[in-house]
Amino acid sequence: MELPINKFNKAFENRIRLGVMSILMVNDWVDFSTLKEMLELTDGNLASHIKALEVEQYIEVNKRFINKKPNTSYRATFLGRNAFKEHLNVLENIIKQNE
Amino acid sequence: MAEIEDLKEIRNLMEKSSRFLSLSGLSGIIAGITALLGAAYAWWFISQLGMMTIFVNPIIVLFADALIVFVIALFAGIFFSWRKAVKQGVQFWCKTSKRLLINFLIPLVSGGIFCLFLIYHGYYLMIIPATLIFYGLALVNASKFTYADTYYFGLSEIILGLLASFFNGYGIWFWGIGFGVLHILYGIVIYFKYDYGVTNK
Repeated sequence: MELPINKFNKAFENRIRLGVMSILMVNDWVDFSTLKEMLELTDGNLASHIKALEVEQYIEVNKRFINKKPNTSYRATFLGRNAFKEHLNVLENIIKQNE
Repeated sequence: MAEIEDLKEIRNLMEKSSRFLSLSGLSGIIAGITALLGAAYAWWFISQLGMMTIFVNPIIVLFADALIVFVIALFAGIFFSWRKAVKQGVQFWCKTSKRLLINFLIPLVSGGIFCLFLIYHGYYLMIIPATLIFYGLALVNASKFTYADTYYFGLSEIILGLLASFFNGYGIWFWGIGFGVLHILYGIVIYFKYDYGVTNK
């Protein structure tokens, strides 16, 4: 049986992007600082990966002000959710084939 | 294998970001013991009713008894969960704990107010079933935001409450089982399933 490696989604190759999507799959809007705290990352590191997911249109962004401080939140899009589910299937298949 | 690690990490992040996992089993055990003591006092008080000269309405005494039990259980719950959160190195007052609290409180406060009206209208025999049913609903509702075991704990409370509403007059026994015995059992399960490892880290 051929490995479905060609279907392996490049956007989720990275652990951080995978982590961001995992959190957004089970939550509605999540703000930047919460993501940073959950994933134990620095600002710059997280920002670049979020940008990558944004470019893929896997997440949508909401910028607003809370008490005059900028607050940015993210939510998984329909496209992103499907891509993530597809990625989980691929992971499962790989594991099954190796059993 | 990298894929297995990936799946583990995904699962871990999904749980951590949506469920509050610092509830302590010890607080359940203490809440249960307090409730049993409260029920024992209520039982003793009711058995003495015929012999004593009572200056206050017995309902007020029983209400105060229940309130004291509730306050002690609440503070034990907050204290031990806070301690566990510190041990786990996670925030105690965070988005998940807030969400847990709000979803727990909506059925609980409605039930509390409902019980006050039961007292007001004199439906005393329905108070204990109502407290059990609303508490069970609060647990079922909160279970989505903490340990999944809470769901079955809540269901048991609801079933007890429904039984208590049929078998009127045995309220205190149902109350002792629901708030005493079940709390202790739930506390022990949580303690050995989720606390034990943390304490020994």
